[in-house]
Amino acid sequence: MTAGTVLAPLQWGRLGRAALLATALNGWPGAASAQTAMSPNPAAPPGSTVVEQGEYLARAGDCIACHTQPGGKLFAGGRAMPTPFGTLYTSNITPDPGTGIGKWSADAFYGMMHTGRSPDGGLLYPAMPFGAYTKVTRADSDAIFAYLRQVQPVQAANRPHDLRFPYNNRSLILGWRTLYFQEGTYAPDAAKSEDWNRGAYLVQGLGHCAMCHTAINSLGGSSESAAFQGGLIPMQNWYAPSLTSNKEAGLGDWSIADISGLLRDGVSHRGAVYGPMAEVVYNSLQHMTDADTRAMSIYLKSLAEGSPPAPQPRVVRAEEGSLLMRLGRSVYDGQCASCHGAQGAGAPPHYPLLAGNQSIQMNSAVNPIRMVLNGGYPPGTAGNPMPYGMPPFAQTLSDDEVAAVVTYIRAAWGNHGAAVTARQANELRAAPLD
Amino acid sequence: MRPAGAQPAGAPGPMDSRVLACAPCHGTKGQGAEGQGSLGQGTASDLFPRLSGKPAGYLFNQLVAFREGRRRYPPMNYLLEFQTDAYLRAMADHFAAQRPPLPPGAVPTASRDVLALGQSLVTGGDPARGIPACAACHGPDFNGMEPAIPGLLGLRPNYITAQLGAWRYGTRTAAAPDCMQAVAGRLTEADVTAVAAWLSALPAPANPDPAPQGSLPMPLPCGSEPQ
Repeated sequence: MTAGTVLAPLQWGRLGRAALLATALNGWPGAASAQTAMSPNPAAPPGSTVVEQGEYLARAGDCIACHTQPGGKLFAGGRAMPTPFGTLYTSNITPDPGTGIGKWSADAFYGMMHTGRSPDGGLLYPAMPFGAYTKVTRADSDAIFAYLRQVQPVQAANRPHDLRFPYNNRSLILGWRTLYFQEGTYAPDAAKSEDWNRGAYLVQGLGHCAMCHTAINSLGGSSESAAFQGGLIPMQNWYAPSLTSNKEAGLGDWSIADISGLLRDGVSHRGAVYGPMAEVVYNSLQHMTDADTRAMSIYLKSLAEGSPPAPQPRVVRAEEGSLLMRLGRSVYDGQCASCHGAQGAGAPPHYPLLAGNQSIQMNSAVNPIRMVLNGGYPPGTAGNPMPYGMPPFAQTLSDDEVAAVVTYIRAAWGNHGAAVTARQANELRAAPLD
Repeated sequence: MRPAGAQPAGAPGPMDSRVLACAPCHGTKGQGAEGQGSLGQGTASDLFPRLSGKPAGYLFNQLVAFREGRRRYPPMNYLLEFQTDAYLRAMADHFAAQRPPLPPGAVPTASRDVLALGQSLVTGGDPARGIPACAACHGPDFNGMEPAIPGLLGLRPNYITAQLGAWRYGTRTAAAPDCMQAVAGRLTEADVTAVAAWLSALPAPANPDPAPQGSLPMPLPCGSEPQ
């Protein structure tokens, strides 16, 4: 067995959709009553400053996305996380002494966050983003722990993982850790502003954005040099775009206001979030303070600054292109133009613009194909409580029509994306929606 | 919220626009799949139900159940996953207020005996087996009852069959006590076929509104419907 076959399975950086697309429980109606939803224990002592801070930081870490089942009890775990190697089940992080973390100390909790080891020394599967959480300060870890200590305890035994041999052998994690895990609290960059450093701390640490937005190499790890360069999310079949290239989701030429709007409201004048990123905005980012949203925006913008916005050469070949483009335009004019405009200008933020929209021109056409097939809503947020929805066209458009219209929007109006085939469209009809 | 200038000139009212994502399957007014049988029997379009005119409480309960996965249909689960209660309530109110005309009843393909069984179960139930009449709760005109009992008209036989089946097998559930699970569990497959055939052939009633809350004495407790 080569190192590759051992380690490739450990592509934990990309979790199954379920891991990222948690439905909020208790029917969160948004920011206003979210506080209530996360403080379900009326018998709990009034939140001290540390507890409130911990609740906020737990949101920044989006703990709920994985550690709560849809419609289930807060932080009781048990959520199935499909991976290419079997299914992981998240753990109960309520303070129940028998089945949760009720017997843990703050030291043990910090040890887990910082080193990826449980209190008994066992190695955590890197589905738990300890590679990011290692950057969290001791004080912030203690605050999260203090918050978790006072949520409603739930007696729910952890369900054993269902991983196939040999992936069920935890000692393999040692090899993965040697190659890809670097322990260490975030070290501020003295050459950068306070805002930039705060943003970097949140994005690299609790936000664990690199779990999706960093390409993984053939050994299933992600290297520092590839940080935030984007990649396909296995199992989910959504493409997490690069944050370092302005050809993808790089935000180098976005205004801080537009970046903040996207993170906080889920929509902006440059684009909107759908799919896995809608989960992140819904459960986590919309609850961040304006100062933290701004700090993250400043850091994210800096990641792609200096990346040339230079368009790629258009790859739609003339003869193939003209056929595709003719059909595509006809579908577009009939089905899309009433909202997105004949020239793709849209009516942002509610009807996203398509002309000049980076996210539909990326090398990967997965996201625009999926949007045409399945439609979608941006998340309902305090800033955009009643989003406009994109209709699904899987029922009404053929594979050829989907390919043509996606090719059209990728190449019309000065856009520079490559053509899409009917086969690509067909394959994504089977992509999981849940 | 951004300035309202984002609304294109001549666009329909805001809720119409916001719920356009529902239109390809449910129609712009929530009237259900267009053109009876246009895509043939047994196609997905048979399973896209009419929403318009159903009580808002019922529609809201379904939207929440889809969002939380208690009612399983991946395209719906996906669309609603990150929407708030307040927005789902607004969507429910929107479709509950629509009154597009009902489609003509399906031309029954079932035999006379099957239709007779359907009529008997729907209008009279089968007390010996503990099966109440559909009409007892869904109303003599089958328009449902406020706030949470749905109307049964304008639905294809395949949709009705699929829902009763989903209750029997536990893939569709409602608030406890789940009266429809109890009722569906007492129906045989032949009963289900007969009920679906007869219900789907009914003509539109003169008044399409649901019965007022509490106006029908319910034969069994339902968690969704306050009594």
